[in-house]
Amino acid sequence: MSGTGQGRPEPVQVVKQRRDAALAGLVARVPYIRFLGVSFERRGDELTAVMPFEEKLIGNPMLPALHGGATAGFLEVTAIIGLGWALLWDEIEGAERGGAQAPVRLPKTIDFTVDYLRSGLPRDAYARAHVTRAGRRYSSVRVAAWQDNRDRPFAEATGHFLMPGRAAGNDG
Amino acid sequence: MSDTSEFQPPDADGTPAGEDMARIARDFMESLPHAKALNLSLLALGPGAAEFALPYDAALVGDPDTGVLHGGAVSALLDTACGAAVIMHPEGTEGTATLDLRIDYMRAATPGQRLIARAECYHVTRNVAFARAVALDDDSDRPVASATGAFSFTARPRDGA
Repeated sequence: MSGTGQGRPEPVQVVKQRRDAALAGLVARVPYIRFLGVSFERRGDELTAVMPFEEKLIGNPMLPALHGGATAGFLEVTAIIGLGWALLWDEIEGAERGGAQAPVRLPKTIDFTVDYLRSGLPRDAYARAHVTRAGRRYSSVRVAAWQDNRDRPFAEATGHFLMPGRAAGNDG
Repeated sequence: MSDTSEFQPPDADGTPAGEDMARIARDFMESLPHAKALNLSLLALGPGAAEFALPYDAALVGDPDTGVLHGGAVSALLDTACGAAVIMHPEGTEGTATLDLRIDYMRAATPGQRLIARAECYHVTRNVAFARAVALDDDSDRPVASATGAFSFTARPRDGA
């Protein structure tokens, strides 16, 4: 729920503008996201990461197929922004809304495991992250990436992340 | 499945050996578009082993507060090194593709320093190769990350089999 409860609902453009600005600010902070050419589409709080095809993402020019490292990077970016966005969402839409201008610090990857299910084709790729456990210190995220057909993911990943501490050191 | 190749492994009969092999391998691996975009360079190859370097690049930073490289760039380095180690396994006959790869991030890579990945293909079966790698910065006693993965593999038929 956004808003303070009693009052009239906020105008839709105010809500959208706030959310889009928060997301853009989060994504723009990470140079590697720009390197991969990844952007995020938002529907409410749901994010879809989009990686438009570019020649520089190719690993094997003879097939051709996306590089496993590009695929892994795309999945990891999707997971980290997904987690960062969940934190940010609580701040901009939660009870203390309005007070939160401090930049959200990003989670740190502890481990990340990618399953390469099929060859990544030379075309646009999409991915969504699902936070399976949101802890104060540790979180777990699953990510799936697909191209033409969402029911046929070409790669999936699961990862564990160390959450950014608000009060560093004692966020047990 | 990911990258690596139609690149042929070293072969006892017919294919070039030694320095030629290393030069061909270097040209091939450094020509992969994503490897080129990351400026990966091949440092060394041996039987079932490979070593690559990733220079520090501000465009690959994942955490703007610290300047630490993003895990994705480290993944690409480790995946490339593991794939190359698999291709360099003397019992192999074909290129390879990554089946799965797990990366553990032990510490943040020091900003400004290049990363080196040392990979070895430590076991093969007829159809699967197992590889592992570490990523090191200048403080090579404390790895930045490690990787283990399974790769597609086609072993050369053994005598009498």
